[in-house]
Amino acid sequence: MPVYSARVLVSLRPSVLDPAGEATRSAASRLGVEGIAKLRIGKAVELEIEAPDLATARQRLSLLSDRLLANSVIENWTLEVAASGEGLGTSSPVGEG
Amino acid sequence: MTIGVVVFPGSNCDRDVRWATEGCLGVPTRFLWHEERDLSGLDAVIIPGGFSYGDYLRCGAIARFAPILQEVAAFVERGGRVLGICNGFQVLTEMGLLPGALTRNEKLHFVCEDTPLQVSPGRCQWLKGYADGETIHLPIAHGEGRYQVDPGQLQQLEDSGCVVFRYQANPNGSVGAVAGLTNPAGTVLGLMPHPERACDPATGGIDGRRLLASLLG
Repeated sequence: MPVYSARVLVSLRPSVLDPAGEATRSAASRLGVEGIAKLRIGKAVELEIEAPDLATARQRLSLLSDRLLANSVIENWTLEVAASGEGLGTSSPVGEG
Repeated sequence: MTIGVVVFPGSNCDRDVRWATEGCLGVPTRFLWHEERDLSGLDAVIIPGGFSYGDYLRCGAIARFAPILQEVAAFVERGGRVLGICNGFQVLTEMGLLPGALTRNEKLHFVCEDTPLQVSPGRCQWLKGYADGETIHLPIAHGEGRYQVDPGQLQQLEDSGCVVFRYQANPNGSVGAVAGLTNPAGTVLGLMPHPERACDPATGGIDGRRLLASLLG
């Protein structure tokens, strides 16, 4: 069965305060890096999944992202999937919740 | 009357809760290991504080899939009373038994202190002995207790009497100063403060004792 590589990016919804992001932003200016107007911290989850085809892989990963990796009350997610070996980041995000 | 206390890998208030319910209140209490499915003979279930499954991913996110919690959800369907304390409150929101989510404290600090709370018994059956607006003092101890829900839903919760505990000094930046919530049926209660740590004058206050006693009433 083919193996697909995936990356799920989980980010806080814009309306949710990110105090850790704010603390990191203030550290950026202490480092001397000025001009950081916004810094919000999320999570990147890297996966490999065996599935009969790309559509099935995407469907299973969407369910996983929606029901486990992200909490839709406070977080959004995007999903990138590619056949293993083809590399990620070449296609635009395909899912959002 | 028998109480069950859920124990996950990483729970750390399970024994404190049992000390409070059995030791202070004299109610038979048994532990419910996370892999169990037997809730027979229980009148109430308490999900205690701690760091269930290490709080990996998000607080309560992995606990939600524990076999015992599938039974707890069915117990709630049957009208059983469930109390979630601190991490237990986080678990109840991840399960969808209570709305919203608990997020990182506004000022990032882990806050460990006694805090005054305003009680609004609202729909919660087991808070009926409290006067509306009454103040109680309970300890809090959490790093991720900032309650978050969208403004429309908060208004709905307020209007329907589901917000039963509010911080008077809002130590974590919760929206609406929410410290504890009940479901519309008034049978599921989640709160960040720890009533089990306020059951003996020797450990600082007994307001938690009354709260836990009400759960049994």
